[in-house]
Amino acid sequence: MISAGIDMGTQRVKVVILKDKQIIARSQQFSGFEPTKAAEQALEEALQNAKLSRKDIQHITATGAGVNMAPFADSTVSMMGADARAGAYFFSSARTVIDVGAEEARAVNCNEKGVMLDFVVNARCAAGAGTFIEAMARALEVELEDMGSLSLKAERASPINASCVIFAESDVVSLIHREEPKTEIARAIFDAMAERVSSMVYRLGINPDIVLVGGVAKDVGFVASLKRRLGTEILIPEEPWFAGAVGAALIAAKRAGRRQ
Amino acid sequence: MGNKEGKTEYWRWLEYQRVMPSRGLNNAEIITAGVDVGSVGSKAVIMTDGDVYSWSVMRTGSNSSDSAKKALGWAMEDTGLTLKDFNYIVGTGYGRVNVPMANRAITEIACHAKGANYIWGPSVRTVLDVGGQDVKAIRCDQNGKVVSFLMNDKCAAGTGRGMEVIADLLKIPIEEVGKVSLSVTEEPKPVSSTCVVFAKTEAVGLLRKGWSKEQVLAAYMRAMSIRMSELIEKVGCERDFVITGGQSKNIGIVQRVENILGMKSLPAPNVKETGRDPVAAGAIGAALYAKALYEKSCKR
Repeated sequence: MISAGIDMGTQRVKVVILKDKQIIARSQQFSGFEPTKAAEQALEEALQNAKLSRKDIQHITATGAGVNMAPFADSTVSMMGADARAGAYFFSSARTVIDVGAEEARAVNCNEKGVMLDFVVNARCAAGAGTFIEAMARALEVELEDMGSLSLKAERASPINASCVIFAESDVVSLIHREEPKTEIARAIFDAMAERVSSMVYRLGINPDIVLVGGVAKDVGFVASLKRRLGTEILIPEEPWFAGAVGAALIAAKRAGRRQ
Repeated sequence: MGNKEGKTEYWRWLEYQRVMPSRGLNNAEIITAGVDVGSVGSKAVIMTDGDVYSWSVMRTGSNSSDSAKKALGWAMEDTGLTLKDFNYIVGTGYGRVNVPMANRAITEIACHAKGANYIWGPSVRTVLDVGGQDVKAIRCDQNGKVVSFLMNDKCAAGTGRGMEVIADLLKIPIEEVGKVSLSVTEEPKPVSSTCVVFAKTEAVGLLRKGWSKEQVLAAYMRAMSIRMSELIEKVGCERDFVITGGQSKNIGIVQRVENILGMKSLPAPNVKETGRDPVAAGAIGAALYAKALYEKSCKR
């Protein structure tokens, strides 16, 4: 049984191919201005890696913000549904899946089968998503990749307006003028993000184990702040940004099985 | 209109100072001042016996107390006044605790209601104050006393700062955005994002799709106006309705908010002749409170 999942993210398109529920290929492309083309390219690349052709795939399920831009998918699934499925696939003990992407963040409760039970989403404000860190890295004149390690060196966090990216930008500029250490500003930025994300988790209620996925999960600075804020351990799968595509591929496998 | 790198700064608005020569200082019994240190603009108003004598509107610097001193200093220019001449000074606004010469600090909510009551008269019941970093919808009584209010100070959507971001993106001077946004033949649909960051991305996408700058500006300002109107509707909009703060000069915002609410706002009086400047409403209110507080202290 071979299935594929496509996650049409706002920044990147991710593709995962599963064979009997094992990941055999992964691929990603920048969404750019033609996400459909990016999705086809990512799928072709994943097929090549797996040494398969399109007809070998029994079912393709798409998810993500640009889900309508993947016309070749056989079905679609909500981002929350895909997150729940992927969380339980990576860690059977997962009961809460937090997904922090470029422009959106979600917290999803699931059962041991990976069925979504409840969720909270922030999609209307950039302050709780990856965009926030990108904008702040630009304001700090620091590489995005270095933000995390920088923040880990801080002993305290500088005071910034954490509720809005636009206001935080001006705060960061004035902190730089005052020659506040960049380490402490970086720490403040991650603490602010963690505050926003954890407030979603608190609305659902703390249900361990907590799994963190999405592109921002690879940022050590954010992970450290979120752990501190939630006061619990957080499980993170390998290459956490593929979680949505993995969840979609798992659902594709299930749907293909049903049709046989 | 440029910074060190020679890049044009479209968000830069004009600073100004005015003295009302018709009102003499010689016979004045009570001289008070109100200093409103906002996040973006600092305003100082000098009053003689409860009427505006001179005032200044300038950009807030990185230090609130310096900005307060500069604004009041500028308002005092060509008046012959010194700090000793003031009977009472009230500080207000975002940086109100950092107004060193103030005898007291009062919230900008109270001051805006009081200031609106002075500018337009006792019929004012609802005040929309659009500042640099926050939006306030205030309901007040015939004395300019606050009855209730709602404020958005957490998010740049619908604030002056949000307007600056789009002016810079579209390279349209901030003083002209209102007029330019009204030049569209048909009002476009508002941008779908509330968040300024996402709305900016959306605006770039629309330009790429072939929309004109004017259309994009109109779509963005429509979304801003919806956001402001929601705040007023939540607090309950009662006649007469007025707009204060920097965005009261933005005709594109004023007209759209009026359309959405289905209610006209009272037009600003002749600012040059009367000194009743809606941008300085907070400082006007502060100077009026200063007079009231001084009179109270004399009675004791």
